[in-house]
Amino acid sequence: MADDLSPARAARERRSRLLLLTPAMIILLLAASGPLLIVLIYSFLTPGDYGGVVWKFSWDAWFSVVAERDFFTDELSFADAHLSIFWRSVKLSLMTTVAALIFGFPTAYFIATRPKRSRDFWMLLIMIPFWTNLLIRTFAIMELIRAEGTVNMLLLWTGIIDEPIQMLFTEFSIMLGMVYVYLPLMILPIYASMERLDFSLVEAAYDLYATRWRVLRRVIFPLVRPGVIAGSILVFIPCLGAYVTPRVLGGGKNLMLGNLIELQFGQGRNWPLGAALSLSLLAIVMVALIFYVRAVGRDGEKAHG
Amino acid sequence: MIEIEGVTKIYGEGKSAFHALDDVSVTIRENEFFTLLGPSGCGKTTLLRTIAGFVDPTRGAIRLAGKSLLESPPHKRPVNTVFQSYALFPHMTVAQNIAFGLEMQGKPRVEVKETVARMLELVRMTPMADRQTGQISGGQQQRVALARALAPRPEVLLLDEPLSALDFKLRKDMQLELKRLQAETGITFIFVTHDQEEALTMSDRIAVMNAGRIRQIGSPREIYDQPAERFVADFIGDTNFVEIELLETEGETAGIRLPSGRETRARSGAEARPGKATLAVRPEHARLVPPEEALMAGTLAEIVYFGTDTHYHVALDSGARFVIRQQNAPHHRQTHATGDRVGVSFAPGVGQVLRD
Ligand SMILES: Nc1ncnc2c1ncn2[C@@H]1O[C@H](COP(=O)(O)OP(=O)(O)OP(=O)(O)O)[C@@H](O)[C@H]1O
Ligand SMILES: [Mg+2]
Repeated sequence: MADDLSPARAARERRSRLLLLTPAMIILLLAASGPLLIVLIYSFLTPGDYGGVVWKFSWDAWFSVVAERDFFTDELSFADAHLSIFWRSVKLSLMTTVAALIFGFPTAYFIATRPKRSRDFWMLLIMIPFWTNLLIRTFAIMELIRAEGTVNMLLLWTGIIDEPIQMLFTEFSIMLGMVYVYLPLMILPIYASMERLDFSLVEAAYDLYATRWRVLRRVIFPLVRPGVIAGSILVFIPCLGAYVTPRVLGGGKNLMLGNLIELQFGQGRNWPLGAALSLSLLAIVMVALIFYVRAVGRDGEKAHG
Repeated sequence: MIEIEGVTKIYGEGKSAFHALDDVSVTIRENEFFTLLGPSGCGKTTLLRTIAGFVDPTRGAIRLAGKSLLESPPHKRPVNTVFQSYALFPHMTVAQNIAFGLEMQGKPRVEVKETVARMLELVRMTPMADRQTGQISGGQQQRVALARALAPRPEVLLLDEPLSALDFKLRKDMQLELKRLQAETGITFIFVTHDQEEALTMSDRIAVMNAGRIRQIGSPREIYDQPAERFVADFIGDTNFVEIELLETEGETAGIRLPSGRETRARSGAEARPGKATLAVRPEHARLVPPEEALMAGTLAEIVYFGTDTHYHVALDSGARFVIRQQNAPHHRQTHATGDRVGVSFAPGVGQVLRD
């Protein structure tokens, strides 16, 4: 068909195709590549005294991501503060991912095994909080777990504890908040692959002497693996860059990467360092994504030989 | 021996209650090829699933070798299923699929390997042991499903329309293969189909089901030659139904009067009572004769040529239609034409009086 077109018509087709692509291209250029380029450039500049940057090339920002120079002795050492925040971010994100998986997997299974009509209702229940403002949800968690909050009051009232438990402003509270906020992102892809799961396979395994646990491990889990991996990535990545949750639930002391970056652009007045930290975060995300592509690619290969 | 006793399955409650199985009782012998035959929705799958343990009956008992099965979950029943959709594990190879049940039983590795090799041999799939299940044909998948269900040596094998997805030729091959496997393994086969020909050629006994009930149980011959009721006669093969009057019974036969007024004898159940009744006559059991010698006379309405045989549709004087099927002889000359006066006759004892 395409060969029959006259040259003029072919050119017109090409043009209209380009035209259709333009909006996406503009968004990509303006919203993704452009800012990224600016961040990259800034990370190699010198910080201005009152924020902003001075147009002078410098490695300092990248250097201070991992190392610091003693003010008096000029000795080099690892930037413990930064590294511990990196470590905490990765650790909390991993733990959140695992926790979300532990809660999300059975939930997705539960919903996928409901009758077709009630599934949408259950999914809606899961999604409603997701559509609520993040800040409001985070403050709700805060209200629940603060010293005079609902949970402590309940525990005190039932006599399980004598003194309120300090939950707010701990790593636990950050994790709790992040699990709560990102749980739908775990449930959704797992549910999607679970819904496509042919439950006669589960019956077949059960028929062939597999216990419930083994059916789960040998049949269900391998088949919904792509959903599990996708969900884990969807939770892990935003956790790494989380800002609001650690800010509100972590108090001032349990910083995560997002807060550290914000600090550099705010009080720290070190935009290049902020930019370098942002790119480091991006690097971690890339590693996670490569892992994801590998894992999913392997699944694909298996399925198609 | 598997005993099914008064098994009833009711879905829903109150007004919307639906009897998927209604007081089903049957005893299936060891190493029997037992077939459940019936129209779509009659409860065949439900009965199989009850035996496998995926459906809890509302009432009734199921015993295997005298021990009740109902308390055991599916994975503790020595019963395996060949699913209608095969349900092969897509993330495993052919060999891994067959090994699954054995591994779950905790069989030692060496034994698993040996058994898998033997099963592959049995279903002639050895060259494809390492294929992914998505890379083999429908017929091959069916054989793998069979091997997978047979490998753990169940006492009973349940097969839910396993051949329905296959084309005619492969279907014939697999029918023979199934019979061979049943003989070689000594396992009891409970086979579901809604194909009457398949049921007749393969089964030791057939249970004809309708609307959740077993209507008749018997050997293929009994079911075909002596259908107990109109549904069975109608469902299996072609049948002529003639309204008759039952005069008297004597053992398994009865004296009857045809609408034409002529009297003859026919088979009947022992419980048949004199009065109005229905007689079933298979088309191939009747002959076309001159009107003077006939039990019933009429005009020839239609002649349909079928290759191996010819069907003569006779419009009887009573108003009913009667079909006669006659084999075509090699040098047969067409002697009848539509519109001819003809007679219908059948030997005493070939007709069957149906219970209402
Ligand atoms: N979970 C269920 N809830 C309500 N009704 C059901 C359920 N499962 C089956 N039924 C009904 O029970 C009846 C028997 O179903 P079953 O699957 O046993 O039929 P079948 O004889 O196997 O039919 P087919 O030849 O089409 O496979 C059907 O009318 C079906 O609608
Ligand atoms: Mg069925």
